[in-house]
Amino acid sequence: MTQQTSKGVSRRGFLKGSSAAVAASTVVAPTVSEGAEPGLEVVSGETSITLMVNGKSMKATIEPRTTLLEVLRYEFDLTGAKPVSLDGSSGASTVLVDGRPVMASTTLALTVVDKEIITCEGLNDNAVPSAFVEHDAQQCGFCTPGFVVAVRAFLNRNPDATEEQIRTGLNGNICRCGTYANVLQAVIALVKGN
Amino acid sequence: MRNFEYAQPTTEHEAVTLLTDFRKESAILAGGTDLVGLMKRMVVAPDRVVNVCEIDSLKRIEQDDTGKLWIGAAVRLNEFSDNQLTVHFPSVSQVIQGISSIQLQSQGTFVGELLRRPTCWYFREGHGLLADNGQMVVDGDNRYHAILGNHSSAKFVNASRLAPPLIALGAQVRIIGPGPNEEQILDLQNLYRIPMSDHERENVLQPGQLVTHVILPPHGNRLSAAYEVRHGEGPDQPLAAAAVSMEVTSGMVRNASIVLGQVAPAPWIATGAAQSLCGKSITEESAEHAGIMSVTDATPLSQNEYKVQLAQVAVRRAVLKAAGHETGGADRPMLNEPSASPALETNIT
Repeated sequence: MTQQTSKGVSRRGFLKGSSAAVAASTVVAPTVSEGAEPGLEVVSGETSITLMVNGKSMKATIEPRTTLLEVLRYEFDLTGAKPVSLDGSSGASTVLVDGRPVMASTTLALTVVDKEIITCEGLNDNAVPSAFVEHDAQQCGFCTPGFVVAVRAFLNRNPDATEEQIRTGLNGNICRCGTYANVLQAVIALVKGN
Repeated sequence: MRNFEYAQPTTEHEAVTLLTDFRKESAILAGGTDLVGLMKRMVVAPDRVVNVCEIDSLKRIEQDDTGKLWIGAAVRLNEFSDNQLTVHFPSVSQVIQGISSIQLQSQGTFVGELLRRPTCWYFREGHGLLADNGQMVVDGDNRYHAILGNHSSAKFVNASRLAPPLIALGAQVRIIGPGPNEEQILDLQNLYRIPMSDHERENVLQPGQLVTHVILPPHGNRLSAAYEVRHGEGPDQPLAAAAVSMEVTSGMVRNASIVLGQVAPAPWIATGAAQSLCGKSITEESAEHAGIMSVTDATPLSQNEYKVQLAQVAVRRAVLKAAGHETGGADRPMLNEPSASPALETNIT
């Protein structure tokens, strides 16, 4: 998954290691003030969480400000979801949380503990990617993983969508190469079942 | 993003406690579609974030004994549209459909949408809500700013798309806090205000207060519709919007309510326009007249005069749509009109 350099250290692994060394000098012990009720618990500083991603439970150490996208990409090496827009307006970070399509870039990791997260790597669905390939629905490919997850979520809710519904329903994803026409054809083919 | 502490209450009582037992700034997190982006840009930098999405009472849509519909603050936008209890409020579902991003529809929440911060670019770039007492807007790029209610320093437009249809339908909100047992019901229109200083927000909520529900009165036989003039079909903010709700018996309008969005720092209630419909039947002419009446007080800025026409058209189309005469712009042939930037297109009719 990660590219190995000649010295056997991946670029991503190296960056992670060096940033961890920097972080270690300033690390703050997790402060979890225990209230009488569990709902009154306040989390601050670094804390360990377990997320259920693509059917596997995965551990990560995060801060309250860490987004789901940052955990997926930099802790779990699931780099399908892309960081494009600060406010999620690109749709490139789309993942499924309990079946709902959400932008991982505007979702805090702490809010999805105990929820089922599916990324494009774990979609377990060849139909959508195959239709994208067949209809040449990607160019540079950067927006494609977000589009594929969004299309899956859209079709789960609208299996018999009309062309109009496809056009309006998939407006949350932006492709700067402008492959919309072919994405539309791919989704129409999926609705027709061919 | 500045770091903060995080809490995830499971009851309304816990939420108020978490918001009030803390002396620094706290923020309420629902879907995150607005707040997280604002925190990344450091436009807001709360010291504590309280996620209200795990409070059961905030996740339900229920009808009480009097027929009122209680919509929880954390109900996702598409959960409203999917619910059978909401079929008599087409104007609200029309707006949700118009948001047209399945991510925003399934991540965004009902009250989160009502309390979205303004999209004014001066505000989002960190110049504050009033941006140098309005001077930056007056001298700068104000093509998407207010055309009504813009005499004071506030020139931004209220960002909520759901507020106009809900106010037109007579919706109220339930607010709890800051005291542990404090609770009030407020007409939705009174939740909003035009801020007069940099210390005021665009709503009246005090620190420690939380909107828990939107309450919709029984629909009776009211007709309702919303029409948003949008730049293309994307999820951008509309350029102008209008919502109407009216009671029509034997072809005559008995009472009506018209609310404009995206034209003023608060949702704009067009009382005169609504009154002009009363006692009349809905025709092209009466709808057109209501549109003209709704913008008679408009005072556009240097670059947004086009919005006066768009607002007028939005009202006319919303009225006709509510009466079942017109389904919207897509049905009208517009082939001969110039297709330059719709933001600058002023001949939309």
